[in-house]
Amino acid sequence: MTPPREPLFLARQTYRRRRVADAARLLPVIGAMLFLIPILAAGSGDGATTARGGIYVFVVWAGLIVVTATLSRPLSRRESEADADPKETRP
Amino acid sequence: MGKQVLVIEDEPNIIEAISFILNRDGWSVATHANGETAAEAVLGQVPDVLILDVMLPGRSGFDILQELRGHEATQALPVLMLTARGQKKDRELADRLGVSRFMTKPFSNAEMLEAVRDLAGSPTS
Amino acid sequence: MVGFNALVLVCVAYVAILFGVAFGADKRAREGLPGTAWLRGPWVYTLSLSIYCTAWTFYGAVGYAARSGLEFVTIYLGPTLVLVGWWWVLRKLVRIGRAQRITSIADLISSRYGKSNLLGVIVTLLAVVGTTPYIALQLQSVTLSFSVFAADRQEGFELLDLNATALWIAAGLALFTILFGTRNLDANERHHGVVTAIAVEAVVKLLALLAVGIFVVWGVAGGPTEIARTIDASPISDWQMNGGRWASLTFLSAAAFLTLPRMFQVLVVENVDERQLATASWAFPLYLFLMSLFVVPIAVVGLDILPKGSNPDLFVLTVPLHFDQDGLAMLSFLGGFSSATSMVIVAAIALSTMVSNHIVMPIWLSLRSDGASMSGDVRYLLLISRRLSIGGVLLLGYLYYRYSGGGAALAAIGLISFSGVAQVLPALVGGIFWRGASRNGAAAGLIAGFAIWAYCLFLPSFGPEGVISDQIMAHGPWGLEWLRPQALFGIEGMDPLVHALFWSMVVNTSLFFIFSLVSFPNPLERLQGAQFVNVFEHSGATRGWTRGRAQAEDLMIMAQRIMGGGEAQALFEAEALAQGKESYLPDTTPGFIERLERELAGSVGGATAHAMVGQIVGGASVSVEDLMAVADETQQMLEYSSQLEVQSEELSRTARQLGEANKKLTQLSIQKDAFLSQISHELRTPMTSIRAFSEILRDGGMDEAAARKYSSIIHDEALRLTRLLDDLLDLSVLEAGHVTLHPQPDNLSDVLDRAVAATTSVGEGAGIEIRRNPVHEDIDIFTDTDRLAQVFINLIANAAKYCDADTPRLKIFVTKRAERLHVDFIDNGSGIPPESQAVIFEKFSRLSDQAKAGGAGLGLAICREIMDKLGGKVAYLPGQGGAAFRVTLPKAPLAAG
Repeated sequence: MTPPREPLFLARQTYRRRRVADAARLLPVIGAMLFLIPILAAGSGDGATTARGGIYVFVVWAGLIVVTATLSRPLSRRESEADADPKETRP
Repeated sequence: MGKQVLVIEDEPNIIEAISFILNRDGWSVATHANGETAAEAVLGQVPDVLILDVMLPGRSGFDILQELRGHEATQALPVLMLTARGQKKDRELADRLGVSRFMTKPFSNAEMLEAVRDLAGSPTS
Repeated sequence: MVGFNALVLVCVAYVAILFGVAFGADKRAREGLPGTAWLRGPWVYTLSLSIYCTAWTFYGAVGYAARSGLEFVTIYLGPTLVLVGWWWVLRKLVRIGRAQRITSIADLISSRYGKSNLLGVIVTLLAVVGTTPYIALQLQSVTLSFSVFAADRQEGFELLDLNATALWIAAGLALFTILFGTRNLDANERHHGVVTAIAVEAVVKLLALLAVGIFVVWGVAGGPTEIARTIDASPISDWQMNGGRWASLTFLSAAAFLTLPRMFQVLVVENVDERQLATASWAFPLYLFLMSLFVVPIAVVGLDILPKGSNPDLFVLTVPLHFDQDGLAMLSFLGGFSSATSMVIVAAIALSTMVSNHIVMPIWLSLRSDGASMSGDVRYLLLISRRLSIGGVLLLGYLYYRYSGGGAALAAIGLISFSGVAQVLPALVGGIFWRGASRNGAAAGLIAGFAIWAYCLFLPSFGPEGVISDQIMAHGPWGLEWLRPQALFGIEGMDPLVHALFWSMVVNTSLFFIFSLVSFPNPLERLQGAQFVNVFEHSGATRGWTRGRAQAEDLMIMAQRIMGGGEAQALFEAEALAQGKESYLPDTTPGFIERLERELAGSVGGATAHAMVGQIVGGASVSVEDLMAVADETQQMLEYSSQLEVQSEELSRTARQLGEANKKLTQLSIQKDAFLSQISHELRTPMTSIRAFSEILRDGGMDEAAARKYSSIIHDEALRLTRLLDDLLDLSVLEAGHVTLHPQPDNLSDVLDRAVAATTSVGEGAGIEIRRNPVHEDIDIFTDTDRLAQVFINLIANAAKYCDADTPRLKIFVTKRAERLHVDFIDNGSGIPPESQAVIFEKFSRLSDQAKAGGAGLGLAICREIMDKLGGKVAYLPGQGGAAFRVTLPKAPLAAG
């Protein structure tokens, strides 16, 4: 068995970052779906109260904030690395 | 009045010195300080001898000489050139253009006077 | 008990603090003081986004909840989704905004679609129409909150005139905005003062709402479980979900978040660093979350406790007042005040930039026959136009407030305004994701969407007495039922807002696509399209200009008028340096003209900058070849060709540097010859006079007067020889580097005094009038001031000698830069022709005839050597009217020895 080589590790890291970006792209879609679900619930039956509805909305909201915060960390690091574009420096 | 010498030179002090030396010997001296209009001045009234500086404002003495040699009236005009640069190639250029005498500044007064006399005889004859 | 005086006092104190914050932040950022990094950090940025939460949301959200339950939350869910999805849209917008130096949403649309000013004007008008009622709404909410204190208290201020209050507030806001919003002409430069003040206001309003909420939940209701019970017992306990409105409002608030002029201003224009977005992506949703958390509790407690018929829009104030919590009410009042003022300030800045760049400047440009190479100060004009626009926008808002009569009509305007500006969304999103989007498509979609919005929503909002009568509402114009404003094409029963939003967006988007598909964009449009859509692939310059026929000096004159002298000179100098040239005038390469255009766009907007540069550069700007090179349809070709282009650019730069070096070498050997022959000439000329006159004197025989005259000529010429030898020695010592400097502390003003005195006393300088500014000159320096004075003397004497004006004048300007000091000597003569500017610092380069010059032509060469030794430089400064020299000194003290 040959030990895992260095480039493989790097490729994996790049791969991981790409997938984080994919997740960031998907996140608003998931968020929108979750926020729109109450429409279906309201259509299907009664019993939806402001208190319970409010708790649902705020829990989803808080969840989105936490996930976004988790994803934004590696993404902003990637941004700053990608930013090392010499053409962008203004005179 | 003696024979006419035209001095084309832009340094006022040198003009004054040359005028003094030639006047004292009996020549009649006219002066002109601008290179650009010098050839016109010469052609307007052709002198007996022309004293021509090389470094002139507007146009070099070599240019002026070349133009004068192209005109019939000044083809054989005796021309004494003065230069302060004193490089060999300047003298060669002047010879090619048909200069009559070439002198380097500073010159001795007697030498300059003799050169003029050589070129035009005595001031009054 | 809160009296009128106390209320006014608190207000004034609060405003004074905001002024102080704005002033301090501006000053610190301007001077680059340490500890200002946080100004550009993600937190101030995140807080500045809170201008989304205006007084309409601060007071209105509770009212909204009291009327319709949970629906209010959609107004915050939309922006949350936009920020959570920052990787899609916001990141791209911010990158485009920086790459293209975008100044406003109108500028973005105009730039994207071929720098079309038509689109700029459309978006500007739309923004003004959509924002004016919104500003009126803010004025109303502040005056209403004043009146709450008046109504509840008998000893209050019955004399209070609501209209006068609104007018005073509008005037105060105008003053603040003009003071801090138009300090920098370059709209692309960040308004640190304004943004910081707004961040402070953001904190105040969040704290205020949280405080009221905590008071209501724990102080009044007695904990979370109790509040849940109160909600269940309230009239809004059932969730009356209207699915259509829920989805539409979420979409609408997301769209408005992107397209509101003020949001675009803080999101894109004021963005300093893309990483700010990463933090804001979760921190701003958190802010919104906290802002909405206590809305329902406050609403139900208000409904429960306050008498029936009280205005739920003011619960945030009236609930604390009901419990005699004056401090809390005051905090809440400041929160509402903050929400209103911060919105108005940013909206006014954004609108004034748009109005001035897309309406005032183009009109002014077209009125002038002499075009962009104009006389007159454009900077001043721009500033005035921006300030007047700010005043105008606020005046419009005030008038709208005054004549709409306030009240319910105005309260509904928030969402109406949202749907108006949302019409920009198709053109915006289409523009940054689809290269096929064209100017015709954008214009058609915008105009149609705007018209439907006005017809179905905006005009009906004025009520039956307004433009749209009851008759039209019920039966359509001319009895055409299918044109009823709230039931287009016979679709009835829809909520009016959803109806208008649906139709306007559907028609807008459809026309946008159809017209884009059938029209053929012009080359510049296609270039810009590629630049915007592929902004991450090539953030470089747009290539728009083929051959730079422009005169660098003309461009510089124009740039100075717009950007100001210092910045324009710095830009040109940096560019010249990058091209490997040592002067202030770079080659007018297409790349440089593009960069210049983008810099100018930061001040006057893309379309205007393009037009102005176009007038100087002349002719058509984009050729088919350019288009092929840059905007080739396949991505691979594009990347490949841009790589090639970078390489060939580097190659040609190297070649240019090599060429210049080679030219210098040949020139050096020619110069050596010329130098020797020059020295010979300069030495022999005085010697000729000396020898001739000394021989004359030796011969004797003249009168005493003549003898004295000739001796004095000899004397003068001997002095001339000495001077020449001194100069030569000085120069050779300087050039060889053997010079010893004697640095000493001194004041620049004193050095200039000595230099001026030395020149004028000799008589050479007596004929010239010298203008100075002693205040600017008062700078302590540490350098060899004798040598420095020598340089100044030379420059002043030169001006006195060569300035050919009828009344010669010399201006001496001193300007402080970050690490340098500029001393400019500018006379009012005819200047030095461009072809001679490169040689004047060479030895023996005299431009006019020697009799007048009187020197050997070594002065400027010596100056250059001296400045070199002092760590600075001296250069010719083109484009100043007369001959102008700039002496640059390093500000850092020169090390002794």
